Amino acid sequence: MEQIKKYLFLTVTLLLSNLLHAQAMSDGGIMRSNGKILVVMSVVVIILIGLFIYLLSIDRKIAHLEKEAKNK
Amino acid sequence: MIRSFWWKISCVCLLLYTCIYGFYVQVPKLDDRMQETIRNFFFHVPMWFGMMILLLVSVVYAIKYLKNPTIQNDAYSVAFANTGIIFGVLGLITGAFWANYQWGSPWSGDPKQNGAAIAILIYLAYFVLRGSMNDEEKKARIGAVYNIFAFFMLFPTLWILPRLTESLHPGGQGSDGNPGINGKDMDMHMRTVFYPAVIGWTLLGVWISTLKIRYTLLAQKITHGTN
Repeated sequence: MEQIKKYLFLTVTLLLSNLLHAQAMSDGGIMRSNGKILVVMSVVVIILIGLFIYLLSIDRKIAHLEKEAKNK
Repeated sequence: MIRSFWWKISCVCLLLYTCIYGFYVQVPKLDDRMQETIRNFFFHVPMWFGMMILLLVSVVYAIKYLKNPTIQNDAYSVAFANTGIIFGVLGLITGAFWANYQWGSPWSGDPKQNGAAIAILIYLAYFVLRGSMNDEEKKARIGAVYNIFAFFMLFPTLWILPRLTESLHPGGQGSDGNPGINGKDMDMHMRTVFYPAVIGWTLLGVWISTLKIRYTLLAQKITHGTN
């Protein structure tokens, strides 16, 4: 289990470093040339973060109920 | 405290990565009509991968239920089937939306589209079947048997029949190759987003499923006073 955790975190870190390199990549494609796609990307990311927060809050509420049910 | 949070963090990271780098990554120019819409590979295709994995988990728990009939096994089986079908429906909708711009109409009777629709309808019958029974044990047992049947219907509808005919999907030149995706279309840059995307979306499906399972078991505990 510990091994899997370490491996997974390593992969995620590698992927995120990949992301930083993306800044350095230059290309004449329409997606990046006018920069407007970043607006769409930001919207998607905001929605994603919002959904994650919602999911987390549900998770916590259920965990709380589980704890209560256990103590009864 | 959030139970076993590390894979949930991985899910958040992978999906954020997908949704950020998925727009940034350099994609190959395949043809004039495709252009940048190939980026849908990071969002539309993982829905199907996720659906297949979630339905596989569901059928495993259905078999487990038949061997060892517990409320837990049944709750797992239903929740994973549920999330799997939600992924499938999202895949169908995003596919139709994309097809409207790519192939000219939302539904062109493509073998892959038809097969996926049939597979989802078979699973919808699973929920109807379960809903039609009041006896919890009977519901779970017949549901588990039907779940196995429904899963094995995925073989012809998704994996065999679309391969036998021409398909509009990439790689769909009749009998050669996968009618869903053409591996040759993806270059190295796309792969660095595509595979994390598949894992991330699948983990999200697992997360939602576990929430539903925990809810079901809690509700069971409250109404029956047993676990």
